[in-house]
Amino acid sequence: MWEKLLYFDRRIIFVLIALVVIIPFLTEWRASHGQITPSTQNLYNEIESLEPGTPVMLVFDYGPSGMPELHPMATALAHHILSRDLRLLGLAIVITGPSLCYDAVAPVAEELNKVEGVDWVNLGWVAGFVVPITQMGEDIKRTYPTDFQGRPTDQLEVMAGIRDYQDIGLIIDLAAGNAPGAWIAYAHDPYKVKLAAGITAVMATDYYVYLQTGQLCGLLNGLKGAAEYEHLIGKKGFGFLGMSSQSVAHLVIILFVIIGNIGYFTGRRRRQGSE
Amino acid sequence: MPGPTGPITGILGLSTEVIGIWLAALLTLAIYSFLYGDNPVYKVAEHIFVGISAAYGAALTYHLVIIRRLFDPLFRPDLAQPPLDVPKLSLIIPGLLGLLIFSRFIPRYDWLSRWPIAFIMGLYAGLSIPRTIQTNILKQMQATIAPVLPVDAGGQYLFFSGFENLLLIVGVVCTLAYFYFSLPHRGVMGGLSRVGIWFLMIGFGAGFGNTVMARISLLIGRIQFLLYEWLPTIGIHLGSGPGAG
Repeated sequence: MWEKLLYFDRRIIFVLIALVVIIPFLTEWRASHGQITPSTQNLYNEIESLEPGTPVMLVFDYGPSGMPELHPMATALAHHILSRDLRLLGLAIVITGPSLCYDAVAPVAEELNKVEGVDWVNLGWVAGFVVPITQMGEDIKRTYPTDFQGRPTDQLEVMAGIRDYQDIGLIIDLAAGNAPGAWIAYAHDPYKVKLAAGITAVMATDYYVYLQTGQLCGLLNGLKGAAEYEHLIGKKGFGFLGMSSQSVAHLVIILFVIIGNIGYFTGRRRRQGSE
Repeated sequence: MPGPTGPITGILGLSTEVIGIWLAALLTLAIYSFLYGDNPVYKVAEHIFVGISAAYGAALTYHLVIIRRLFDPLFRPDLAQPPLDVPKLSLIIPGLLGLLIFSRFIPRYDWLSRWPIAFIMGLYAGLSIPRTIQTNILKQMQATIAPVLPVDAGGQYLFFSGFENLLLIVGVVCTLAYFYFSLPHRGVMGGLSRVGIWFLMIGFGAGFGNTVMARISLLIGRIQFLLYEWLPTIGIHLGSGPGAG
């Protein structure tokens, strides 16, 4: 019987996963995000420790495929940064980033009565991947001479007094690819600027090593990281909403892994017995 | 000119926002139809995705790089923001180098494309080699050299920190032993490499767990879109959305 489970139609698994993801949204039940991860708490504390008016770079290095995990983080971080009266510099070294910057920051800024160009700016995207990161160590306004809408950055109030990384309180890279590695290598290590990252869960094991070395001062891991951060700032959004489905789906997958293993070992014992 | 999206009105009585939501919803369902089996609807959605991604990148690069950073400063200096403050030659040379890439389309002169490629390779190799060694090798080695008997300022032994550091050192040594192929994996080396395999398996398990979380998150993102953005366009409103509770 167990062995047969190894060979049943995998479309049944797809339907089950779809159901366990959809049903929690139709109920009032909401799962907890669990214990706050120290790396999430560290990022929150880092932002809390900055003086009002300090510039914080929020880097949008992801595209639409990273939105389910990273956009809730972006919204929560933008809310935290702007509500603490820090200056938010949105930018990207990945071409799809600038539009997502508007999508995440503009509604939050409107809610908090923050003005684009005064309290926050979308600097847009500059080609070259590691080249702009390196250039900003010398001069940020030269690297991004205009914002995404084409306004000269040296005429924007939000950019006043900013020259290079020494004037930046914190860089937070939200990424679905290898961009955090570039920010560590070309911004944090040579210029000692504080750096944190928000990443998709699939990248997490690659980036925990940089927490160990102190090259990252904080790390948000996937949807759980977003839910934790929403809890810390007291504003529940899509990260919190998604955790109920996430929790149930994980239980179902664990169940399938157990059933699959029982089926495999039962079958192996039977095959060995018949030889 | 790229910029924030504002309210745009009507095509056939429907706002472009509603049309966009319906397109996105139908394309989402078309992509998920692959789970039942490969089909033409999925193929169409896949090709649209690839085409739009390429076009979006090309259009943005054209406006933000070619026009704003090269064409305007050279040929429309009154429009250039900010005004060019470097010699024009510093734009003409990279511009010409970039154009040489297109010599690939002319077989007789395709060798010219090697110059910009050589420049790009040289630039990135020069930038990345020292930084990669510093960031990914030296810093990581430094962090591995950790005390197994750490004490706090008062001289109190920190048991858990010591255990974590010991685990780290054992993990690094045993995993490296597994990948050391100049000695046969027998005796001490055999034991170390077997422990190394366990560390690798735990690492793969953590990676797999995170991958599951990431993939489920993608599904959650699409379900949230369908439930909270698409269904309201046909008059179905679900209860507590974001911001509630």
